[in-house]
Amino acid sequence: MNKEEILQADEDGMFTITLSVNGELGQMIVSRNESLVEALRHYGWKGTKKGCDTGDCGSCTVLLNDKPVLGCMMPAVAANGGNITTIEGLGTVRNPHPIQEAFVEAGAVQCGYCIPGMILSTKALLDRNPEPTEAEIRKALDGNLCRCTGYVTQVQAVNIAARKMKALKKKQEKTAAKEAEKAARRVSRKAAKKNK
Amino acid sequence: MEEQKLSFVGKSFERKDGLIKAEGRAMYAADREFARMLYAAAVRNPRPRIKILGISDEKAKKVPGYVTLVTYKDIKGQNAWPVLDLDYPFLPEKIARFAGETVALVVAETQRAAKKAASLVEIEYEELPNIQDPLEALKPDAPEIGGTTDMKNVYAHFTIQKGDVDKAFEEAAYKVEGTFKTNYQVHGYLETQGSIAIPETDGGVTIHSTTQCPYYVVDGVAAALGITYNKVKVIQTVTGGGFGGKEEVPALVAAHAAICAAKVGRPVKLIYSRKEDFQCMSKRHPGWAHIEYSADKEGHLTGCRVKYVLDAGAYSTITAIVLFRGTVHSTGPYKIPNIDVKTFGAATSKVPCGAFRGFGQPQINFAQESLIDELAEKIGMDPIEFRLKNLLNPGELTATGQKLTSSCGLSELVEAVRKKSGWDKKVNLHEKKGHIAKGIGISTCYYGVGLGAKGRFLDRAGAMVNIYKDGSVGVSVGNAEMGQGALTVFAQIASETLNAPMDLVKTEEVDSSRVPDSGPTVASRGTLMGGNAIIQAASPLRERLFKVALDMLIDKGGTSGKMIAHDGVFEMDGITVSFTDVAKEGWNRRLKMCEEGWYVAPHVSFRLDNGQGDAYVVYSYSADIAEVSVDTQTGVTKVDKIWAAYDVGRIVNPMLATGQAQGGILQGMSWSLFENLQYKNGIMVNPNFTDYVCATTKDKPEYDITFIEKLYDEGPYQAKGMGEVPLIGVAPAVANAIKNACGVRIDSVPLLPEKVWRAIKQKNATKEAK
Repeated sequence: MNKEEILQADEDGMFTITLSVNGELGQMIVSRNESLVEALRHYGWKGTKKGCDTGDCGSCTVLLNDKPVLGCMMPAVAANGGNITTIEGLGTVRNPHPIQEAFVEAGAVQCGYCIPGMILSTKALLDRNPEPTEAEIRKALDGNLCRCTGYVTQVQAVNIAARKMKALKKKQEKTAAKEAEKAARRVSRKAAKKNK
Repeated sequence: MEEQKLSFVGKSFERKDGLIKAEGRAMYAADREFARMLYAAAVRNPRPRIKILGISDEKAKKVPGYVTLVTYKDIKGQNAWPVLDLDYPFLPEKIARFAGETVALVVAETQRAAKKAASLVEIEYEELPNIQDPLEALKPDAPEIGGTTDMKNVYAHFTIQKGDVDKAFEEAAYKVEGTFKTNYQVHGYLETQGSIAIPETDGGVTIHSTTQCPYYVVDGVAAALGITYNKVKVIQTVTGGGFGGKEEVPALVAAHAAICAAKVGRPVKLIYSRKEDFQCMSKRHPGWAHIEYSADKEGHLTGCRVKYVLDAGAYSTITAIVLFRGTVHSTGPYKIPNIDVKTFGAATSKVPCGAFRGFGQPQINFAQESLIDELAEKIGMDPIEFRLKNLLNPGELTATGQKLTSSCGLSELVEAVRKKSGWDKKVNLHEKKGHIAKGIGISTCYYGVGLGAKGRFLDRAGAMVNIYKDGSVGVSVGNAEMGQGALTVFAQIASETLNAPMDLVKTEEVDSSRVPDSGPTVASRGTLMGGNAIIQAASPLRERLFKVALDMLIDKGGTSGKMIAHDGVFEMDGITVSFTDVAKEGWNRRLKMCEEGWYVAPHVSFRLDNGQGDAYVVYSYSADIAEVSVDTQTGVTKVDKIWAAYDVGRIVNPMLATGQAQGGILQGMSWSLFENLQYKNGIMVNPNFTDYVCATTKDKPEYDITFIEKLYDEGPYQAKGMGEVPLIGVAPAVANAIKNACGVRIDSVPLLPEKVWRAIKQKNATKEAK
C-alpha cells in the first residue's frame, strides 16, 4: 500500500482510507476527526473497546504495523495504508492465541473490558521481547488500566503466554526443520534418480 | 449440614466467560446494534445549582441527523425516580441541583450528531445558592438545598446508643479522639454506563443495560414510562465492572433511554462518555468523622463516641442504606460496652453519591482503625496485642448487641497475618535506608453480609434450573455477573447440587422476565442469595435424578444399593452412569426437569429507635497488614506488600476469590494513595483518567492472601460474602504503616505525598524547637 498518497476529502468532507484489518484489505469512509477506535467499531470490529477518550486507559489499544497504538488518540486517517491487528485478529474461536488462553488460565480476566487492549499490549511486548522480566512486563502494561484485578494475574498471564509462545515456536521450528529435511531428502532422491 | 465431599465447590474452575472476553467476543452494551436504532445524548447542567428558565434546541435542530429534544414534558409516567425517596426527578422541571445533572436529552441518527446537537442545546437559567461542604449544610443558617427527613439538608440520620458513655469516659484511664476525612472515590469501571431501549408492540419496552441491579432498572423504567412491570423486560448486558457504581444509577440511564425511545418509537442507545460518567454517576461518599475511644488501665475498650457525616450530594438516592451500614460498623469490630453514635447523610450541591464497594464502611473504618492505633500507642501496647484484647469473638456482642455466631474467625485472621508478615520482628524495627523509611501497619474489619435491617424487604432471590433433553443444564438467576465471577460460581453451585459436570452447566445473564425480582447484586450478597436460590431450585431435581440414577445402576447389575455421586458420575459397585444418561432417562420417564427456587434471608431484629438488635444475618471478616516505604524527602508512599486474611465462609472458587481479594486490595490502595476527585466552585475539576489517577501495573504491591473458612451453615455450601471486605481495611493499614515508618499520623484519605511531606517537616520542626 502506498503510504505517501495524499488523502482528499470528498464533497461531504469525508475521507476514504485503505487499510488492512486482521489481514482483510479494505476501505473505510471516515471523517477528519474520527478516531481509529470509532472507525474500527463502526466497521464492526467491536472487540476494540472505548474506555476514556483521553488516551489514559488503554482499552482501545490495537496494533498498527505490529506496534501498539491507542485507538482513541489516533485519527483514523492516520492509519491509512497501515496493517491493523485487533483482538479479533489474534487467533480464532476454535483456536485461540496462546496469550488469550494464558489470560484465562491465570485468572487475569474479570469484567474483561480492559482485556483486548491488555492482550494486544502483551502481543507487542512478546513479539519484541519473548522473555520479559517482571519489571519489563509491568512497564509494558502500565498504559492498560484494569479496575478489577490486582494486576498480579496479568503479570502471571504474560509469563504463561511467553512460555506457551516459546514452546509453540520450538514446535513450529521443529516441524519446519522436519519439513525442510524431508524436502531436502526428496531433492537428493530426485537428483539420485536423475543421475541414474 | 453434614460434612460432604464436594466435587465442584471449592475448586478453581476457569471462568465460564473468560475466553469469550479474551477473544473480544463479549457483547457489552455499546457493542449491541438494532435495526433503525437512534442515539441519545444528554444535555447537562453547566452550573452547580440553577433555576431553569428555558431550554432551546434552535441551534441543535440544524445538525444533520437531528431528531428531537426530550425534556420532562415527554415523561408519561411519574417524574420521580423511585429509589428510596422520590426527590430525584428523571429530568428536572424547574431546578437542577448539581453541575453535570441531565437536564434534557437529544435524539439523533448517529452518536456523533446526538453529541453535537446536545452541545448546542441552550439552557436559560438563573443561579441559585449552593452548598459545597456537608458540615456547612448541617448548620442552622444554611440555605435549604435538599433533604428528605425532617432535618434540613439531611437525607438520613441514625443513632446507636448502648450503656453509659459519659460515665465510661469519666472513669477511663486512657482517652483518644480524632477527626478524620476521606475523599470521593470514582468507581472507574472500564465500561462506562449505557443502555439501549427498544420499544415493543404492546407499548412495553426491552432494555439492554450494563447493570448489577436489573430489577432496579425495571422499577425506574416502569415508573418513567407509566407502564406495568410485565411490559418491561431488562436484559443485563455483559457488564464491564460495577463495584457498586452500577447499582442504582443504571436505572436512571435506562429510564432516559426509555423515555427517548417511547417518544420516537424506535430503539434508542444511550452510552456515556467517560467525562459524563465522572460528572453525574454515583461516587463513594466523602466522609467526615469525629471519633473518641476510652479504655481502662488494662487496655480494654470501655466507650466509643462517633459523629459521622457523609457528603451525599444533590439527591438522596441510596445514601440512607450506605449510612446505615457505616453506622452499624462505626465503632469497629470490638467489644465496647458503652456506645454513642450519631450519623448524618448531608445534602450538598454536588454529584449524588451512592453505592461503592464497602458501602459507607471504608470511610469510618479509616477513622476507627487509625485512632485505635493511636490509643494502643498511648497505652503503650502493640497494636496487635491491643486489638486481640478487644476484638469480637464468637458469642460476643457487636455495637448493636448482635451475638456473633461461630462463623467468626477475626482473631485467627489477625494471628495469621501477624505470623506471615513477621510483624513481631518488624514493628519496632523502623528501618531506614537513606531517606526511605520502612513501616508496617495493621487494620481489622467486619462486614455485615447482605442488605441487613435497612434493606430487609429486598433480601430475597430467585433462580430457575432447567435440565434440557440432552442433559445440558440452564441456570437462570436474578443476581448479576459484573466481573466478579458470578456465572462461574453459580454454575459450580448448580453442578454440586445436581452432580452435573461443569461443562454441561450454563448460567444465563439476568433477564428480568425469567426470574422474579431478586434484589440487587450488591452488599456481597450475590453468592449467598443467588447460590441459595439455585440450591432451592436444584434440590428437588437432585432428588428425582438421584432416584433415576439408582434405578439405572441396579438395572445395570448394581447390588449393594450404595450409590456414590461425584464429578458428574453416579457409581455403584464399580458400575457407573453419567449425568447425561440419567438426565435423558429422566426425560424418558417424563419427569419434571425444571424447577424454581426462592430464598429469603433470615429475619434481622434491628430497631431504628435505639440502634440495637441483629443488623445483618452474618458477618465476613478481614485483617490487613501493609508494609510501606516512605520517601521522607518527598512524602511519596509505596505499598510494598499486603498480607491479608479473610473469613468469608467456604471459598467456592479459590482462583476467583483470590482475584476478588487482590482486586479489592488494589482498589483500596489506589483510593488510599492516589485517587483525588476535586471540585472547585461547584464544578468537578478532573473528570477524566488523566487527572484522576488510578493505580496501574507499576504500583502493584505484592499480595499474600490467606482464607480461613469459618463455615456459615445458612450459606450455600457454607459460604458467606466476599466482594467488599478486601477493600475496606487497606487505607487504615497503609496510614498506620506510614505512622510506623516515619512517625506521622495522616488523618485524611488520600494519603498524598504533600500531606506526608508536610507532616514530616512539621514533626522535625517541633523536634528542633525542643
